[in-house]
Amino acid sequence: MNIIVVGLSHKTAAVEVREKVAFSPTQMEKPLQAVVALPDITEAVIVSTCNRVEIYATTRDVAGGMARLKRFLAEYHNVPLETLESHLYSYHGEDATRHVFRVASSLDSMVVGEPQILGQIKTSYGYAAEYKSSGIILNRFLHKAFSVAKRVRTETKIASSAVSVAFAAVELAKKIFGELSDKTVLLIGAGEMCELAAKHFINTGVRGVMVTNRTFERAEKLADEFSAKAVRFDDLFDHLPKADIILSSTGAPHFIIHEKDVDEVLRRRKMKPMFFIDIAVPRDIDPKVNNVENAYLYTVDDLNGVVATNLEQRKIEAAKAEAIVEQEIGQFFKWLSSLEVTPTIVALRSRFDELRKAELAKTLSNWKDLPPGAEKKLDALMNAYMNKLLHQPTSVLKRTDPGNRNDLYVDALRNLFDLGDAATPQETMVDLED
Amino acid sequence: MNALLFNSTLVIYAIATVLYLSCLVKTEPKVGRTAQLVLGVGFLVHIAYTVDRYFEAGHTPITNLHESLSFFSLATVGIYLFCEYRYKAYILGSFVTPLALLILAVAATFSGIIAPLNPALKSKWLTVHTVVAFLGYAAFAISFGVSIMYLIQSHFLKKRRLGPLFQKLPPLDLLDAISYRCLTFGFPLLTFAIISGAIWAETAWGTYWSWDPKETWSLITWFIYAALLHGRLTTGWRGRKAAMLSIVGFLIVIFTFLGVNLFLGGLHSYK
Repeated sequence: MNIIVVGLSHKTAAVEVREKVAFSPTQMEKPLQAVVALPDITEAVIVSTCNRVEIYATTRDVAGGMARLKRFLAEYHNVPLETLESHLYSYHGEDATRHVFRVASSLDSMVVGEPQILGQIKTSYGYAAEYKSSGIILNRFLHKAFSVAKRVRTETKIASSAVSVAFAAVELAKKIFGELSDKTVLLIGAGEMCELAAKHFINTGVRGVMVTNRTFERAEKLADEFSAKAVRFDDLFDHLPKADIILSSTGAPHFIIHEKDVDEVLRRRKMKPMFFIDIAVPRDIDPKVNNVENAYLYTVDDLNGVVATNLEQRKIEAAKAEAIVEQEIGQFFKWLSSLEVTPTIVALRSRFDELRKAELAKTLSNWKDLPPGAEKKLDALMNAYMNKLLHQPTSVLKRTDPGNRNDLYVDALRNLFDLGDAATPQETMVDLED
Repeated sequence: MNALLFNSTLVIYAIATVLYLSCLVKTEPKVGRTAQLVLGVGFLVHIAYTVDRYFEAGHTPITNLHESLSFFSLATVGIYLFCEYRYKAYILGSFVTPLALLILAVAATFSGIIAPLNPALKSKWLTVHTVVAFLGYAAFAISFGVSIMYLIQSHFLKKRRLGPLFQKLPPLDLLDAISYRCLTFGFPLLTFAIISGAIWAETAWGTYWSWDPKETWSLITWFIYAALLHGRLTTGWRGRKAAMLSIVGFLIVIFTFLGVNLFLGGLHSYK
C-alpha cells in the first residue's frame, strides 16, 4: 500500500489559484467521500487552509492514483486541469511522508515555525475520521505526523522567538518589565500596526490601556474597542508618567516627545523604566530619548531588525527540525512495510503448504507397496524442503533495515505466486512508539 | 578531616561554577538543575566544614582571614540558594557562584591551621558581630553580581544587541528587584554589625569608637548603602545608577575587609 500526496501551496500557486480549489470546512463530507469512491483509492484526508490545499490518500496504483486525485481536484472545483496542472505537486512513498511531516512541523509554512498549521491539519484529520474516509494507514500516518510536529516543537526553538513586529515588541517589554500584568500601555495616535501591537499587549495581559489622539472622538472610539481609557492629546504629558509602555504612531511631521520631556516624566515616576515603541514614519519620538536613563526606545526599524534576527535563528532551528523529520520517516516506513509483510508470508506459506499436500496425496494414492513408515518420512522430507526454500525469502522480507524494499518484494511475491491482493492490513510486527 | 571537608567544598564549588557558567551558553534546563544540585551539596559540605571547625577550635570559626573568607563564601552561597529558590532564576548563579568560589579560593591561600584564640576576641560578641557582618556582606555580594547582570542587560537593550546572552538573562525589573531586596536585607545587618562592634569595643577596649581604619571604612560602606537606599526611596535611584552604586559599595566592602586587614593594620587586622 502506498501513501500519495497531491496538492498545491503558497510555494507553487498564487492566492488566485489557491482560492479556486479550496474546500469549505463546513462541507467536507462530500469531497471526502468522493475521493474514497475513486477507483483504487482506499483512504483519504483533505487539508484545506488559506496557504495550501492537499489530498493525502492510500492506493495500490501510485501513478493512477495521483492522476485520479488531480482530475478530482479540477473537476470538483470546475477548473480546467490544464490550468491547474502546473501548480500541483505530487509525492509518494518516502517523499510523501517527508512532505506531510514537514507541513505538520511548520517547516513548509510561509512563516516557518508558525503554530497554526498543526491545528489546521488536526481539524482536517478530524473530518476524515468523522466521515470515515481515513483508515488504519492514514490514521497512523497523521498521528505520526502530529507526534513529529510535537517533537520538533519541544526539541528545537523553531517557534520560540517573535517573528512579527507586534510580537517582538511584547517580547522586548517582557525583557524589561518581566511581568506585564501590572503595567499600563499608552497608545498615541492610531495606525494599523499600532493597534495590532496594542492587541498583542492586551492578549498578554496588561493592567490598563490608555488611548490618545489629536481628535478626541477617534481616541474615544478606539478606547471603546480596547475597553481602554481615552485621554485628551493636550493632557498627554500629564498621563505619560502613568504609562510604562508607549506605542506611538501619529501622522505628526515632527517629534512629539523629546528628550527633556522624557527626562522629566521619568523623574516624576521615580525613574521606573519606560519602554517607547515608535512605529510612526516620520518618527514621533526623538531618538535621543534612548539616552535618557531607564528609558528604552525602539523604532519600527529596530523591531524589524529583531524580527530579521529571529527569522535567521529559525532557519538554524529548522535544520535541526529537518533532521528529526528524516529520523521519523525511517521509523514510519518500518511500520508501513511491516503491515503487509506478515500477511504476505502467511499467504505464501499456505500456498506452498497447499501444493505440498496436494502433491503428496497424489503420489501416495498411486503408490501401492509402500514400506511401513515411508509415508511419514516422505511427508517430513517435503516439509523440510519447503521450509528450506522459504527460509531465505522470509527472512529478507522480515528485514527492516533502511533500503530494504519490502514493498517491492511483497508486490513481486503476490504477483509471482498469485497470492491476490493483500488482505486488510493488520497492525503487527514492528510497532511504532508514539 | 577538617582539611578534607574544606578541599571537597572547594572542588564542588568549582564544579558548580563551571555548570552555572555553562548555563550561559547551553539551553538545556538540565544543566541548570544539575548546577543547583551540585551547589546545594557543596553548601552542605561547607556547613559540615564550619561546624566541624567550630567544635575542633572551641569557638566560632571567624577569627582569622582563612576562617572569615570561608564563612563569607558560605553565607554568599546560602543567601544565593535562597534567592534562586525564591526567584526561580538559576542564571543568577552564573554571576554569583564564581564570586563565592573566588572568595573560598582566596581563603585557601591563607593558613587553615587552628591557632589558639586571640585573647582580645574571647567574648560572646564574637559570634554575633562577625556572623551578622558577614551575612550582610554576603547580601551585598549577591546584589553586586545581580547589578553586573543589570548593567549588561541594560547595555544590550540600549544598544539593541539582543543576542543569545540577552535572551538568557532575566528581565531588568526582576534584577533591579533582587538587588534592592538584597540591599534591604544587608543594610540592617551591616548597621547591627557596626553597633554590636561598638558595644563590644566598649567592653573590650573601653571605648565605643576609636577611628580604627576598619571602623572608618565600615562607616563609609554604611554611608554608601544608606545613600543608595535613601536615594531609591526619595528620588528614585534605580536601574543603572543604583546598579553602579551597588557595585561600588561592594568593592568598598571588599577593601574594608581585605585591604584594611592586609595593608592598613589596626585593631581589626587578623592575619
